[in-house]
Amino acid sequence: MRYGEIGFDLEIDLTRGSIDRVDTDPEDTRLYLGGLGTTAKIMWDRVPPETEAFSADNLLIFSTGLLCGTAAPGCNRTIVSTVSPQTKLVAYSMMGGFWAPELKYAGYDKVVIRGKSEELVYLWINNDKVEIRDAAHLKGLGATETSEAIRRELKDPDIQVAAIGLAGENRVFYASVEQGRSSASRGGIGAVMGDKGLKAIAVRGTKDINVADPGKYMELCDDVLKYIKHREDHPIEGVPPILAGLGSPQEMRIVDEEWHTTSFMWGNSRTRRKDFWTHEIEEKWRETQENVRTRLISCHNCPMKCGATISVPGLPTYMMKCYSKLTYTMAAFSDLDFGFRIAQKATEYGLDGFSAPQAMAFGLELLEAGILTEADFPGMPADNEGRFFYLLEKIVRREGIGDYLADGVYWAARRIGKGAEKFDHNTIKKHEQLPLKLGMLNPVYYLMYSTGEKINITQIEGQFPQEPFATREAREEFVKDWIQVPDEKFKKYYVDWEPRGEMSNPYYPTVEASCDIVDWMEKMHYIDDSLGMCAGLSSFPLKPPYHIHNYPEFITAATGLKMDKDQLWQTATRNRTLMRALNVRRGMRRSDDKPPEDHWKKRFPDLEKQLLDQYYKLKGFNDQGIPTRESLQALELDYVAEEFEQKGIYNHG
Amino acid sequence: MAKVRKIVKSITIDADKCNGCKACEVICSSWHATPRYSSNNPARSRIRIVRSPLRDIYLPVYAGEYTVAECTGRDKYIIDGKEYNECDFCRASCPSRDLFKEPDSGLPLKCDMCEETPALDKPKCVEWCLAEALSYVEREEEVEEDQPQLGDVEIGLGSLIDRHGLQQVLDTVARMAKP
Repeated sequence: MRYGEIGFDLEIDLTRGSIDRVDTDPEDTRLYLGGLGTTAKIMWDRVPPETEAFSADNLLIFSTGLLCGTAAPGCNRTIVSTVSPQTKLVAYSMMGGFWAPELKYAGYDKVVIRGKSEELVYLWINNDKVEIRDAAHLKGLGATETSEAIRRELKDPDIQVAAIGLAGENRVFYASVEQGRSSASRGGIGAVMGDKGLKAIAVRGTKDINVADPGKYMELCDDVLKYIKHREDHPIEGVPPILAGLGSPQEMRIVDEEWHTTSFMWGNSRTRRKDFWTHEIEEKWRETQENVRTRLISCHNCPMKCGATISVPGLPTYMMKCYSKLTYTMAAFSDLDFGFRIAQKATEYGLDGFSAPQAMAFGLELLEAGILTEADFPGMPADNEGRFFYLLEKIVRREGIGDYLADGVYWAARRIGKGAEKFDHNTIKKHEQLPLKLGMLNPVYYLMYSTGEKINITQIEGQFPQEPFATREAREEFVKDWIQVPDEKFKKYYVDWEPRGEMSNPYYPTVEASCDIVDWMEKMHYIDDSLGMCAGLSSFPLKPPYHIHNYPEFITAATGLKMDKDQLWQTATRNRTLMRALNVRRGMRRSDDKPPEDHWKKRFPDLEKQLLDQYYKLKGFNDQGIPTRESLQALELDYVAEEFEQKGIYNHG
Repeated sequence: MAKVRKIVKSITIDADKCNGCKACEVICSSWHATPRYSSNNPARSRIRIVRSPLRDIYLPVYAGEYTVAECTGRDKYIIDGKEYNECDFCRASCPSRDLFKEPDSGLPLKCDMCEETPALDKPKCVEWCLAEALSYVEREEEVEEDQPQLGDVEIGLGSLIDRHGLQQVLDTVARMAKP
């Protein structure tokens, strides 16, 4: 018997209509743990670099993490991976909710989907019984509507459903996979699901998940719960309220949005409104939020309440989390009421809340600039809100200008031409980023933006504070109970970091310190993504309950695998390197590792070069960002080195 | 039968505070696993959340007595504009639904308040509910004497007897007991 994990994957071929239950190799668990790690191995073995996103050979993998569904609080993430239509790289996007634990209760670690169905279908996994079912009646339905329809059809309210909406069916490059209160939104994963003719995956499971050392495992879980309570009683002082506690930023609970609305950019990531937040706005937004928010809700086995049920009068109820209440609001220069209204539709259609509003704002900028004309927007209303609703409908149906914008800012700009490329100023590797433009280069963020394989800052940042506290005393106080640091040197990095002067950005943290900090934060995300742990209890917030010191014990107690801090560090390095290798094999190089050009006003080319050089060195990459033969061999990734050599990747750079 | 004063243990449920996370189901099934904590499986849990997020229904219910027959209850309750079935509030393990039955054997499950020596401060589901939707309450009540608490084996055997008849169960046990 396998512990922690199940040891079986479901292999679905939608072209042939075949379903197989295959056992997995425990050696892969030792090397890559699970989740993103074992998924990356499958992508390496089975998806050659020439495979296009919308090819039948592209795999779409829904993976649980190694500890998903065990008693570990907050361990519920589904990691979805495929070749992205937008970036053309291997994308991974994750969602919380209830789907991954349910899949493990049904007896599987992963669902690996290949091929394409000619007719729209959905997958029904009910313990040992797995069916590919007709979904003609679900065509065009919203993602939430689809989930409800499937539960009714199969007569079980406890079925967990991951579904796409119209955006996925029409292969919008930033279509999401939605699952009640959660979604896997980044990278256009929903578009690949739509291309495969797969409307939804419904799961119900009633089997056991076993752990190897029950007493020890429960002791660790109890400690985590105690620490969560401790952090609830001791919020971090001196940071914005949404960052003071654990979980995702507490956007549903907290109304105070001064930080986002005055530091982040409005429109197509253009305008900073430093004076936006006033008492009147706060009162108005409080009323809006409290009127529509029915309840704060959680994911599987997690005490945090990062999501909410939202019932806007006159609209169907939906669920929301985190920052999407503001992305449409700010892109359209509108207010929170509009944000909640348009997010209802966008959630049903299944769209990424980062990319979609930016693509819309970008389209309207082109109109303003005369690159597009009124003729490109027939029948568009005159008001801002009306325009966004109009564009939403055009995009998800790929009608007219919507067909361009549905490919995202990068591709739309190139297809439109006439200078539209200049308006694509907030993408990395063809993918829309948080609307944030700042003054002074931050060396740590420079590296994270440039090199993050998920191409999304929130999936690499965390742990280390975003800014230094004003005084040395406050910083010394902060590090006193900072048990999460992998090494005492991080405390010194933080205490010495000043808001201004010599010991401040961009030259402090030093190049070496910056690389160390990024390495630590990145490692924790890679560990989370292999275990299925929510970043909100681990890699993202300050002083989280899971860290490099208790994770090895969790893994050993759950699975029986021998694991210590150094081994786990090495495993995270292996997974990170394999993700890099996948994308290097698909053509990614140093020239792609850069932030949006205007992300900082003050740039330092020499320093940035040093940072990237040192980061690559620390990671065991050559100066092109390609993992070296020696580092691959040290990580037991010899097969990657061999293929790089065969393909001449080292020679051509 | 004579009346005696006795401590009655119960769980007060504040459904408004439930966040629907199922931690109660996870820890219950884990506590009752053999060996203890060796597995978890909400389908085996003796507390379950009746959940319908879009209708804002979150109702934790913990398993009560096993009953052999279906009842006639088909009423609907509307509370704060939300419609509940009579069944939603019922704690019985009964033939009309899958709730509170072992998923493999179909044998009934009943909450035992995590009975243990030495006694826990509170049942595990209450301890793990950080949302404070569950609270443990002990109160003294006058109850009839001589109501033995049935253990898992007795409850399970009782339901087998109901299903197959006493004689068949006896015969089977006798046959299985032979070396």
